[in-house]
Amino acid sequence: MKKVYLDNAATTPVDPEVFKAMKPYYSLKFGNASEPHFWGQEARKAIDQARDQVARFLGCKSGEIIFTSCATESINLAHKGLVEALSRPKAHIIISSVEHKAVLETCKHLEKLGMAKVTYLPVDKYGLVKVADVEKVIKPETVLVSVMYANNEVGTIEPIEEIGGLIKKINKTRRQKVFFHTDATQGIQYLDCYVDKLGVDLLSFSGHKIYAPKGIGVLYLRKGTPLIRQQDGGWQEYRLRAGTENVPYIVGLGKAIELVVKNQKLVVKRLSDLRDKLVKEVLQIPGTKLTGHPTQKAPHIASFVVKGVEGEAVLLHLSDKGIAASSGSACTSGLLKPSHVLTAMGIPVHLSHGSLRFSLGKSTTEQKIDYAVKVLPAIIKKLRKMAPKGI
Amino acid sequence: MAGFQGLYSKKVMEHIRHPRNLGEIKNPDGMATMGNPVCGDIMRLFLKVEKKKSKEYIKDVKFQTLGCGAAIATSSIITTMVKGKPLDKAEKITKKAIAEALGGLPPVKLHCSVLAADVLKKAIENYRKKAK
Repeated sequence: MKKVYLDNAATTPVDPEVFKAMKPYYSLKFGNASEPHFWGQEARKAIDQARDQVARFLGCKSGEIIFTSCATESINLAHKGLVEALSRPKAHIIISSVEHKAVLETCKHLEKLGMAKVTYLPVDKYGLVKVADVEKVIKPETVLVSVMYANNEVGTIEPIEEIGGLIKKINKTRRQKVFFHTDATQGIQYLDCYVDKLGVDLLSFSGHKIYAPKGIGVLYLRKGTPLIRQQDGGWQEYRLRAGTENVPYIVGLGKAIELVVKNQKLVVKRLSDLRDKLVKEVLQIPGTKLTGHPTQKAPHIASFVVKGVEGEAVLLHLSDKGIAASSGSACTSGLLKPSHVLTAMGIPVHLSHGSLRFSLGKSTTEQKIDYAVKVLPAIIKKLRKMAPKGI
Repeated sequence: MAGFQGLYSKKVMEHIRHPRNLGEIKNPDGMATMGNPVCGDIMRLFLKVEKKKSKEYIKDVKFQTLGCGAAIATSSIITTMVKGKPLDKAEKITKKAIAEALGGLPPVKLHCSVLAADVLKKAIENYRKKAK
């Protein structure tokens, strides 16, 4: 059976080149980077090199890169660490209503502890935040604005540079600086991530969406941004994230970033073309609608709502045909709630019930797209036929 | 995205791939449609009832479902559990029995078995109302 993996926004395989770079750091170069002996120094050197690679990619200093275990940890550290460091009676945080759960739940937690008050920015029907809305809700107590770079469910690219510019302008006349964080997890591979251009003070991402392993993430922290570590212990990561460094994974992440830099332009063009083809073909099926912005969109994500079917049922049938995709339907959510992203975009529940996301990656070819769009109509037809009539 | 924390049993997958008694019955003796307010799934059940020696039996049963894998599997299996059964026995089928017949359901999907049990009860009720 053909295998067509179209769930690269969920995770990607480890690139063979990445894996090769990691291998020596398991059994051969296994030292603890906190030790002064040869083994330790060998590990330290590898970490420093990876840190430099990431820093060059983001256009920042190596000392502004903190390695964590994943984007979720980076996000927790960024939000909780900043709010704790500022120790205001009640810090005000502004986030978009389409953030990943890592941001939503972290902010909810801060609210529950009475440490912060959260304002949620609305989005338009494409999932876009309006820059003017950010300006409207900034208050004297605002300490943090957090808006994702590219949305993981619909691919919409948020106006990070514009929001960054606005915050910079606003900060000129404020006593309490507003810090700006972006969750760049879905953008790293494809978008310009120069932190000065974006105007961000904090930026989070993970390795496993860019062909590094699961279990490694990065927090970029602009020099001078206050932060209190959330994991106490040793002096690793500039005393901002304790715990013996995961050397092979850090090395893997550095290599993955190197590959991103090398191939970005070509990959963006290739995937955009394939994605456009996929979108065009899927929209041929009656009762399908594209979700997310039609053009201002990460090149690897194509998401839809399909009338008259439920998303998980489509995924299971696709899986039987060797195809991996994802859905934001209530039935796939664990909480049995429809995707908050689609809801925020004004998509009614009966439509988000049929949510379907394909996300492309290195392994995606034109033939694989052809296969997927050949298989999909029959599955939708079958499931629609099963549904009660006239509902 | 990514909230599916369970694993479907072989039996569940079997019923998703090959649902039993799928379709509709023209002029059914009993019928009910129920939506799950939690997740948005919708099930419909059709019954044909036969009287033998003054006892009522489910002669035929068919279902239609718009829903996830568990919704399809629970509505499919319940038709196999009640077909040919006396009405009074059929209506006593519990959500637990449905889940067990499928070799278990992921905890997050147990509400699907509730919907299947409820729609059957409602279809029987509908038959009784009509028969009066």
